[in-house]
Amino acid sequence: MRIVRNVLLPIAIALIGVGLATFGSLAEPRLGSGAPIGAADAITLQGTGATFPAPLYQKWFTEYNKAHPDVQINYQALGSGAGIKQFQKNLVDFAASDAAMTDEEMAAVKDGVVLLPMTAGAIVLAYNLPDGPRELRLSREAYVGIFLGKITQWNDPAILKANPGAKLPETKITVVVRSDGSGTTFVFTSHLSAISDAWKNGPGAGKSVNFPAAVAGKGNPGVTALIKETPGAIGYVEYGYAMQTKMPMATLQNKRGKYVKAGLATGKDALASVQLPVNLRAWITDPTGADAYPIVTYTWLLCYKKYKDPKTAATLKSVIQYGLTQGQSFSVDLGYIPLPANVVDAVSQALKQIS
Amino acid sequence: MTPRELGAARSIFHLGGHSGDEEVVPARAEISQPPSAIEIAADRIFRRCTLAVAWFTIILVFCVIISIGRQAMPSIRSYGLGFLSGTTWDSNRARFGILPAIVGTLYSSILGLAIGTVFGLAIAIFLSEGFLSSGLDTVLGFLRLSQYSWLNSLPGRTENLLKITIELLAAIPSVVYGLWGIFVVIPFVRPPANWLHAHLGWIPIFGTGLSGPGLLPASIVLAIMVLPTISAISRDALVAVPPKLREAAFGMGATRWEAILAIFVPTAATGIFGAIILGFGRALGETMALAMLAGNANVISWSLFSPANTLAALLANHFPEADQIEVGALMYVALVLLAITLVVNIVGTLILQRADAGLKGLR
Repeated sequence: MRIVRNVLLPIAIALIGVGLATFGSLAEPRLGSGAPIGAADAITLQGTGATFPAPLYQKWFTEYNKAHPDVQINYQALGSGAGIKQFQKNLVDFAASDAAMTDEEMAAVKDGVVLLPMTAGAIVLAYNLPDGPRELRLSREAYVGIFLGKITQWNDPAILKANPGAKLPETKITVVVRSDGSGTTFVFTSHLSAISDAWKNGPGAGKSVNFPAAVAGKGNPGVTALIKETPGAIGYVEYGYAMQTKMPMATLQNKRGKYVKAGLATGKDALASVQLPVNLRAWITDPTGADAYPIVTYTWLLCYKKYKDPKTAATLKSVIQYGLTQGQSFSVDLGYIPLPANVVDAVSQALKQIS
Repeated sequence: MTPRELGAARSIFHLGGHSGDEEVVPARAEISQPPSAIEIAADRIFRRCTLAVAWFTIILVFCVIISIGRQAMPSIRSYGLGFLSGTTWDSNRARFGILPAIVGTLYSSILGLAIGTVFGLAIAIFLSEGFLSSGLDTVLGFLRLSQYSWLNSLPGRTENLLKITIELLAAIPSVVYGLWGIFVVIPFVRPPANWLHAHLGWIPIFGTGLSGPGLLPASIVLAIMVLPTISAISRDALVAVPPKLREAAFGMGATRWEAILAIFVPTAATGIFGAIILGFGRALGETMALAMLAGNANVISWSLFSPANTLAALLANHFPEADQIEVGALMYVALVLLAITLVVNIVGTLILQRADAGLKGLR
């Protein structure tokens, strides 16, 4: 069996090498520059970032391309963190992130940064309870307790209290979270930190936190698949995703103590309760509106203040203007919340900083 | 047949060594012509090229290790060996420990390998020892069809078809295995797993229930993924058992099972072992399917049904969004995974060499 030793072992080693090389490229995917290709007046914009708004952005970019065939916009949904990283390295023309850049991160970009909220969305708690009630209400204590691993059975008194008369099974609760770092996790854990000291001092807020008791799936599809296949599961996913995969979503208690369903009206109410500052960066960790759905976030496009090629800047501005106006009409169908009129105005103003 | 007689049958052929396979010299018309200068040059260039490529592969491995090691250095300095024994991975607070992932990697790989070896070896024996043809012969004889000569190639073809089908398992992408695991394997193993937990929960390996993802479904899928590797190489090893050994075994009155279990499998043991080592390497590095099925939970548990984490899944999950410090920690993880894989391969090679030396007389 010399063959095994002489041939297979080097092959095995080579495969390990190739595997690791792949990882290396995974860690730092490179994109082509935004240089125009094809015809002299054709323009290609290169963007990367959040997966959360990706379906909406893709829709905008295809529609925009239909109207302006000479403009090609490539958007790669690699995740908010990857978006910010590539943006800092000048590998892309624009990026997108669910967690707006921090001052520190912005300081690292020498061409200057403009943060533009483009759309907003809600994060819902989807669950799988065969023979469960049609509407599941979760109080603030209940859902914090579930994610802290303190509430482990569906018939826990904390859950029963908010659902009088509902038949809740004696099933173990399986908490499903995101295994990969994600803006969705950031928004969700920021909300939990805002409403619970135990959470703030425990797992805390971040793109990937140390969940006390949970199984984790990769990406929204991974989490969705695990929830759908696990009786007794509950997990957080984007509203648009849950809507399209027709998963039952819990009705959550908001700051005023009212139980609200995720939806267009409650999402708008949440956005209305926050005034955006001049830099257009606001964390809506716990909206105060009476009918506001509690877990809502804006999602941002990151652009440079200065572009080398004025044509790139002009095209990008035109694309963003399209997204702010006609683009908003696609929001509802895809499960996003259209921007309030005053925010659209503010973003249009901010757009002027780009040159 | 007693074991002693079987030993005798084997030792006869230790002595009879090389009598059967003398080199056959091809008869060539122009054998007396010396090679031309071009032929010599081409030969030399070819040899240099292969040498360069071979060295390149080896250098590549070292480059990978060095570059990973360099990036891992800051985190090796700041976390030291505590990294290997820590149990939380909290990128928020820059606290990193990978003991659960190491345990999960080894647990799932060994379990998957054990399942895969049992089935892979069974398949290899079935396909190499003529079980299929004898079965088909019986059927054909029963149907009085054996006089048709075109049917004679049927068993061989069926065997080939089965072999190719099993090897095709290797061509299925990992992510498809992962999805299949979520939608088929998990629902399938959940009821028996929960029954075992309810009735035999005092045994540590049944210590928790199976809610969704967990070690057992991950290991089952892993077993299917390493199956083609193990069965293909084991089959080749079994086919390569010298015919004289087979004849001698049967000639001394061994039954088919005695011959297979006491002569053929031990003779092919080095090859089979090589197959298992290769399968182990594959299982250790498998990423996507495990990231989807193991549950990615930093839990250390004896239970087959508990969720777990693996090194490769940890890397795949955290790389895209990692910041500077976490990237260093992830490089450390990669280094640990690399070390485990290399150790497994080296130990495997050493055992293989030793076993090979013991069987030298057979070839």
